[in-house]
Amino acid sequence: MPKVKVKRKGVSLDMTAMCDVAFLLLTFFILTTKFKPNEAMPVDTPTSVSDLPIPDADLITISIGKDNQIFFGVDAQPTREAILKKVAQEKGLTLNAKQVKNFMLMDNFGVSIAALPAFLNLEGPELSGFKQPGIPCDSLVNELSGWVMQARYANPKSRIAIKGDKATDAKIVSKVIATLQDQNINRFNLITGMEAKPMAAGL
Amino acid sequence: MAEIADDGGGGKKGKKKGGKKNSTKVDMTPMVDLGFLLITFFMLTTTMSKPKTMELNMPDKTITDEQQDVKASQTMTVIMGKDDQIYWFSGVTAKEAQEKDLLQKTDFSADGIRKLILDETKKIGYDQEKKLYKIIIVIKAAETAKYKNMVDILDEMHITGSKRYAIVGLDDTEKELIKKYEDG
Repeated sequence: MPKVKVKRKGVSLDMTAMCDVAFLLLTFFILTTKFKPNEAMPVDTPTSVSDLPIPDADLITISIGKDNQIFFGVDAQPTREAILKKVAQEKGLTLNAKQVKNFMLMDNFGVSIAALPAFLNLEGPELSGFKQPGIPCDSLVNELSGWVMQARYANPKSRIAIKGDKATDAKIVSKVIATLQDQNINRFNLITGMEAKPMAAGL
Repeated sequence: MAEIADDGGGGKKGKKKGGKKNSTKVDMTPMVDLGFLLITFFMLTTTMSKPKTMELNMPDKTITDEQQDVKASQTMTVIMGKDDQIYWFSGVTAKEAQEKDLLQKTDFSADGIRKLILDETKKIGYDQEKKLYKIIIVIKAAETAKYKNMVDILDEMHITGSKRYAIVGLDDTEKELIKKYEDG
């Protein structure tokens, strides 16, 4: 018996539509993506029902880690340079160009002023492996106050955001708030994650 | 001879007739592969939920003439302690709460502090003249409280629509009270 000749058909299908969708999505993600900044200290913020967006520019961020270490950061690089120069001048520190450049590239930092020059000499893996102890903010040595003051001189429009970890002691946050209030800063933002608003509440 | 002439004169028409039809289909598989690879990459690296903020206004310390006396009968004091516990008393001063043992315990659930705030607000009443609820909620954080509790309680203020609240430090009577409760 003769074999039935099966006609071979190519299995190629039209992939134009699929390709279109793929690239459409790709374009969307490329345009909306914003890379996570390389954080010196991970902060797991608590959630709230508040839905105000964070101001995009002129932001001073005070981060507080879960071990109560305080970090300070300013968003704009020129402001960072201005702050560092002012503080260095005030405290009699001499910093070379490389140290200033290193400082400008940091999103935030958490070392005392005394330890700052040595810290700014670190590079690459040394820097990422360094555990920053946080900025002192006691009643005796309150360096945070100085940094905030210089940051506000450098950019009077700045707003202050406090980014605390869930496990931070409320005591430390109160201390930071008190520091700000001493400079007559009474409005600030607490950075939180999103949470769904519960139904049927309120007066 | 005629053929050659035909070829030349006929031009394109003649060529098309005899020419082999080339397929215009391109194999798009690698392109799609690459597309999806990049999509996966961007999807995984992107931070979708942008963090939000909560605005906090504290009273100006330099202005002292605006300070008003707060009647104890209109205040509800909420003290946050360790392990997400809340201690509260309403309508009395800390001293009275200590003497009469009025301190009560609750938590951050919807039936906990939220319900209490709403109940107390209704109990203390509405001021027709000033068009606001008379209640003033005094928020205090004990030494053992976490930052999360602070955000949560501010959130409750937001949810219940309480407009008059203040974050205040603990005084000695309250410290004593909380210590007694937390130690057992």
